[in-house]
Amino acid sequence: MEMRFSLSGDGKSLDQGGLKYEIGDFDGYALEVGLQLVEKYGGEVVVISIGPDGVQETLRKGLAMGAARAVQLKADVVPFDGLAIARALSAELKDGGYDLVLFGRVATDTANGTVGPMTAELLDLPCVTSISELEILDGQGRARRELEGSAETMQFPLPAVLTIDEGIARPRLASLKGIMAAKKKPLEVKPAQLGEARLTVESMALPPERPPGRIVGEGADAVPELLRLLQTEAKVL
Amino acid sequence: MAAILAFAESRNGELRKVAFETVVAARRAADAAGGEVHAMLFGAPGIASQAEALGRYGADLVTVVEHAALERYSPEVLAATLAQRLQGTDYRGAIFAASAQGRDLAPRVAAKLGVSLASDVTGFEFQTDAVTAQHPAYTGKLIVTLRLVGNPALLTLRPGAITPAEHPRTARIETAAPAMNPADARVTVTDLSARGSAKLDLGEATIIVSGGRGLRAAENFTLVEDLAAAIGNAAVGATRAVTDDGWRPATDQIGQTGRLVSPDLYIAVGISGAVQHLAGMRTAKTIVAINKDKDAPIFKVADYGIVGDLFEIVPRLTEEIRKARKEH
Repeated sequence: MEMRFSLSGDGKSLDQGGLKYEIGDFDGYALEVGLQLVEKYGGEVVVISIGPDGVQETLRKGLAMGAARAVQLKADVVPFDGLAIARALSAELKDGGYDLVLFGRVATDTANGTVGPMTAELLDLPCVTSISELEILDGQGRARRELEGSAETMQFPLPAVLTIDEGIARPRLASLKGIMAAKKKPLEVKPAQLGEARLTVESMALPPERPPGRIVGEGADAVPELLRLLQTEAKVL
Repeated sequence: MAAILAFAESRNGELRKVAFETVVAARRAADAAGGEVHAMLFGAPGIASQAEALGRYGADLVTVVEHAALERYSPEVLAATLAQRLQGTDYRGAIFAASAQGRDLAPRVAAKLGVSLASDVTGFEFQTDAVTAQHPAYTGKLIVTLRLVGNPALLTLRPGAITPAEHPRTARIETAAPAMNPADARVTVTDLSARGSAKLDLGEATIIVSGGRGLRAAENFTLVEDLAAAIGNAAVGATRAVTDDGWRPATDQIGQTGRLVSPDLYIAVGISGAVQHLAGMRTAKTIVAINKDKDAPIFKVADYGIVGDLFEIVPRLTEEIRKARKEH
């Protein structure tokens, strides 16, 4: 996904004009995992999102892919604080009635990756994060998660919270029939019970410009000069 | 006096490099805020032998939690034990690595304590009334400065963002029991498989040689591997295009949806520099780009570039490095 945006005048947020909301990469994998499990075992997928009315478009996309219904936890501004979001979600999910709560491993925009395990903790549910394989059998789950240089397999009882990494499922494209059906599926709007955010954005800035680099030269003849610079100037070799 | 807690990550009975990074980061915070660095180390009986090493990097106190069931990661036991420790006393902050384990653990601890967490930070400052931290977001296109209020402030630190330097002291070493019976944990690791055996991990490597589509075919990755081998302690990475095509395993992917790395030296071979790839490596200290297209975006972030045919340039670089290594 290519993102184009500009900072707004306060230097703390993005200019909303021209911003288009999409299902995040990992959230798409999570939704696909849910849809495949329902195809195999029955039940239904409910899609939930927190945010202004703009997220309804995203929720409709989820419905078009095959979710049965949608819930918008309405908030004018989505806080950066993962704990505030997890509080709103756990308030919505506290009465149970589900086998799995699936999240993307990390949001493509804010890149925090904290809401899933925080929600699990607030709901006191077992949780496995960043999974790349999943098996469900007789109320038990088994998931594989990639570590640095190795992988671990975790076992857990249902209901559980999982956050989904890449490689597990490619999100399906909505069919025309699905898009038509989505218009008639229920989309419930409720206020988000976010509570107080204690992690806030102080400022946003473009990353420090890397000092202008230079082209050392063209072709293999430039190699000795590159090596000299790496050894004596950058001192990294 | 307020202290800073550092989570000392281990695997298979050994401290990981990020354990030293979190201790050094905690030392820095403690020196600014005043107070001690307390490291917490979990593992099977025998892990206590690793405690002393944490003192070399600046821990004043190391609390060792040994239990046979902690031979493998037990998220619920570690989260409960860390939360208990942080709740009981006056901790100003707690620092974890933004590693697979740290990213899993820190949010659980934060939620248990009802405190907020700044994740994947590349820098931070402990001030009197708040902690500020820098967090790359929006595919690395923006650096968000976050402000955390309340004690303790929890952070996960991007691997490689801090170079572990020694701050030697003789740490006091104490033992503690897990805050819950490990047999009661609902989530358990049933298998831990090493992959690629002794292969150097991308997050731990100080030098990464990475390849893209410009290599044209999977077998040409030997050029990248040979260069990494000639350098020595270098790891091999790849772009998403390459891992999607199956030239390299998905776990080698560097970028927005793969690994986020900050090595001292990043050599990009045949990589054009898509924004998603840059998100994963633009915080490298020195970047070298080798690409035939002089207008490729990778040259905008590279410190040093060579324009030309990588099939001539890379073997020459490998050869020159081998020669230089022999002379020394």
